[in-house]
Amino acid sequence: MKLSGLKQNLWLRARMIQSIRAFFMEREYLEVETPQLISDLAPEVHIEAIRAGSNYLHTSPELCMKRLLASGFPKIFQISRCFREGERGDHHLPEFSLLEWYRTGIEYQALMNECEALIRFVSKSLDMGWKIHYRSREIDLKKPWERISVKEAFDQYASISLERALEEGCFDRVMVEKIEPNLGTIRPTFLYDYPAAMAALARLKPGNRTLAERFEIYIAGLELANGFSELNDPVEQRARFERELQIRGAEGKQIYPMPERFLRSLEHMPDAAGIALGVDRLAMLFSGAQKIDEVVSFTLEEV
Amino acid sequence: MYSASDLKKGLKIQIDNDPYVVTEFQFSKPGKGQSLYRCKLKNMITGVIIDPTYRSGDTFQQADLDERKMQYLYNQEDEYWFMDVENYEQSVLSAEQVADAKNYLTDNLEVDILFFGERPIGITLPNFVDLTVTKADPWVKGDSVAGDSKPVTLETGYVLRVPPFVEAEGKITIDTRTGEYVTRVKG
Repeated sequence: MKLSGLKQNLWLRARMIQSIRAFFMEREYLEVETPQLISDLAPEVHIEAIRAGSNYLHTSPELCMKRLLASGFPKIFQISRCFREGERGDHHLPEFSLLEWYRTGIEYQALMNECEALIRFVSKSLDMGWKIHYRSREIDLKKPWERISVKEAFDQYASISLERALEEGCFDRVMVEKIEPNLGTIRPTFLYDYPAAMAALARLKPGNRTLAERFEIYIAGLELANGFSELNDPVEQRARFERELQIRGAEGKQIYPMPERFLRSLEHMPDAAGIALGVDRLAMLFSGAQKIDEVVSFTLEEV
Repeated sequence: MYSASDLKKGLKIQIDNDPYVVTEFQFSKPGKGQSLYRCKLKNMITGVIIDPTYRSGDTFQQADLDERKMQYLYNQEDEYWFMDVENYEQSVLSAEQVADAKNYLTDNLEVDILFFGERPIGITLPNFVDLTVTKADPWVKGDSVAGDSKPVTLETGYVLRVPPFVEAEGKITIDTRTGEYVTRVKG
């Protein structure tokens, strides 16, 4: 890539991160830093941690941040470097920047509203107005964003129902090939209410235990963030982790220890909602970059 | 044996007893979902393109490919015959497999023949070959329509445009990757 393009993108990225901080400071969130070197991970089926000696590099600051919620911090945010083994593509780096924020006393619908406010605030701070121009599309940030359930998205965009996709084990494939390209093409889209099995740490929907209160944000087909109402029942959380570990074992993947300290602290965690947003992906959207390589100073292959 | 995380452009793998080369590759991973590797693969024998999606855990056999140094012998209708320079064994490629390489094949030219198992499936030429001009029209000075080049015919029947000073019976160097004139061969 030409240096001038990189220079422009790194300036935009820096200003974007400043404005994210300004947004949360204004709303009286506490910025925190939790360790990247950890011994306890959330054991999720499809997330591979990188070993560092006898510990791991964190794949997300989620567990530590929830422990802070449990010890009495009601509104916290963090921008941290996270590490995931084997994730490399046009939208993935094995080391990347994640913005996470958590707030007690709200559930996932209210968190969606806060996401809209954040992206509008950042866009305005960058003098980008109310539009994102990406992949020859113009996405309007001003009007209320689209909210579509996973079930509705299957009915609308796929030739297979959600139920059948789950039975046949092709949920992820249909999502990537048929659904994601159609999301967030006019306005940003919240895709919400995921099947319960696809949410290791989210609360199930009261009144419908087959669904989890989880959502993803898509802008111009690009997945930007994953948020949910937090599960704070330690018994159910342990059962979920056991199930994830069982699947990992059956698939021959490395087995992580049960995060006991986290499970103990869950007993004291109030109702809350939280979200992880890809900072590099947001920089891609605002800069028009087609590859994540274009918004970072160096990729792993370059250092 | 390759695993899905080894997939990248240019990798050659074997599927259902045919060799394939990865021509396009995209890693995707829907939120909290499994890693998916979306590929375009070209069958190295038939040229047919397929677009499978693989998951982590999928494994592939390496395609049993081998290049051998061979000399071009002759062609008879649709058959192009080559001889291994080490063991003198002869192999044949079809006109379709030889494709545009036929424009550069002269007796005894040394080339690389690609084998899939014991089966010859493709040819790689040297980057530059020298060929004799068999037909060249004399250059008419001031012919502005034709610009700064004129067409000539080579010993293989290949017709291309060259600078006006190239004459019949002379030898010229061609870049086989572009099919274009490079220089006159002196002497």
